[in-house]
Amino acid sequence: MNDVRSHLSIRNLNVFYGDLQVLKNISLDIPDRKISVIIGPSGCGKTTLLKSMNRLLDHVDEVRVDGEVLVDGEDIYGPNVEVTRIRKKMGLLSQKPQVLPMSIYDNIAYGPRIHGHRDRKRLDFIVRNYLSAAGLWEEVKDRLHHPASRLSVGQQQRLCLARGLAVEPEIILGDEPTSALDPQSSQRIERRLVELKKDYTVVVVTHILRQARRIADYIVFLYLGELVEHGPAQDVFANPRDPRTRAYLTGEIS
Amino acid sequence: MRLLKEKAGRTVMFILTVLPTLLLVLMFFGLFRKSRAILALKSFGGLLFSSGWHPLRGEFGLFPFLIGTLWVTAVALVIAVPISLLMAVYLSEYAPRGFRDFAKPLIDLLSGIPSVIFGVWGVLVIVPLVGRIAPLFGRYSSGYSVLAGGIVLAVMIFPTIIHVALEVFSAIPFPLREASLSLGATRWETTRHVVLRKGSQGIIAACVLGLSRALGETMAVLMVVGNVPAAPKSVFDAGYPLPALIANNYGEILSVPLYDSALMLAALVLFIVVQTFNILARWFLVRAERRAE
Ligand SMILES: Nc1ncnc2c1ncn2[C@@H]1O[C@H](COP(=O)(O)OP(=O)(O)OP(=O)(O)O)[C@@H](O)[C@H]1O
Ligand SMILES: [Mg+2]
Repeated sequence: MNDVRSHLSIRNLNVFYGDLQVLKNISLDIPDRKISVIIGPSGCGKTTLLKSMNRLLDHVDEVRVDGEVLVDGEDIYGPNVEVTRIRKKMGLLSQKPQVLPMSIYDNIAYGPRIHGHRDRKRLDFIVRNYLSAAGLWEEVKDRLHHPASRLSVGQQQRLCLARGLAVEPEIILGDEPTSALDPQSSQRIERRLVELKKDYTVVVVTHILRQARRIADYIVFLYLGELVEHGPAQDVFANPRDPRTRAYLTGEIS
Repeated sequence: MRLLKEKAGRTVMFILTVLPTLLLVLMFFGLFRKSRAILALKSFGGLLFSSGWHPLRGEFGLFPFLIGTLWVTAVALVIAVPISLLMAVYLSEYAPRGFRDFAKPLIDLLSGIPSVIFGVWGVLVIVPLVGRIAPLFGRYSSGYSVLAGGIVLAVMIFPTIIHVALEVFSAIPFPLREASLSLGATRWETTRHVVLRKGSQGIIAACVLGLSRALGETMAVLMVVGNVPAAPKSVFDAGYPLPALIANNYGEILSVPLYDSALMLAALVLFIVVQTFNILARWFLVRAERRAE
């Protein structure tokens, strides 16, 4: 049992939107300090699976979740769970970078401030530290108090990464985090993720197989809401066990 | 033949688009021409800021009416803006979708109710109420007052404000809220720091639109505001806003010299102020849209 050592485990998870079941009995341990990549054709439930991990599904109308998502051994759907505390353990990168309507500095300081950090020096340190970790510090250090919306899209996504890191999460979640970016910016994000996996558990959704091959340590393949196959990336790519996985990897289904 | 149709169609559509604008310009010049008679005798500033309104003696000071308009509008905004923003925030950020879909048309329906009905409601309910609460503030009031006018007006403009504010909030992408929530922010923190800030321009536009509606609204206010041509000193005093002045007196203007010209000037002032606010609101809305991308 590596249950306890895994930050993130999913047990018999079913998700419904109204009458439509989009995730079917998923059980999965996400390995610590590795990049797990969720792949699968469009509409198979990748985003839903990712959002179930930090309870963003709560905000979808008519959604029903049953099963367990264990974060550090605690079922985040259990009673008396403080959802803000759970979410603080995870940083999120979305498909399009979503910068908050405030300055670069305030974007990074937003999370820490919400969680009670007020000390100016400490905030300065946090801002600098995580902008550096996201590889953005050098580019923005002279305009920290400019609106974040003036950054390029690629820079905005790195800002979002830094903002997520600033609440000191254990896990980084990304939903096709490079899909809105140019190839060079995508590459930068990929490189950051690879670098960050020594300290964080990373879960990324992608529909780009080449990207999965480049960064994945662990592959999760979903098909029509079912968890078809999961395992170490080399194994899955070299030797898919399920015919559907093979068909997807060779491009027969997409 | 098809080309001809295309051309004709385009011309018709062009004319139809230009017509409203043209109408506005024509109205402006019409009012301006009519008010020339009085402007030839007295200065614009003098008329605007002198407070004697004695048509028979040839005194046409618009100041009491300006102040009356200002008071009623201010009272209406003070009441309507916070309430409607809270309602819009609740509907867009907290309410389940079912309730939102149910409440939105109801609110829009309110703005379709004829002004007179609000007036009657004001006379029957609000006026006596104001009469009763005035003594609590150490004042006597018949109830026909700026406060009554403001309350009735507030009820009339709040659908406008809610409607525009809801549009503004729904233009803000949901993933932006998710970005804030995913950092561990509560819904309220997300609303305050992200939604309201992102929508600030649009919220201002909503309020300015409400304001311009308030400035021009006639019937209901006229019925409850008292219509005494003197600048009110408190919200419990009667007031006499510009639209009420025009509507009340237009019938009897022919007999007194310059009377019609003075009323036209009042209309012109109202026209300019309302249009200015409308343009301002448009401008804020455009900026809000650009900000929301
Ligand atoms: N809010 C919702 N209400 C109803 N159905 C939804 C909702 N969101 C998603 N769905 C449906 O659930 C299924 C899974 O959606 P999901 O977004 O998880 O897929 P995905 O794998 O992320 O797809 P993509 O690759 O296109 O992003 C789809 O069939 C989608 O149409
Ligand atoms: Mg998706």
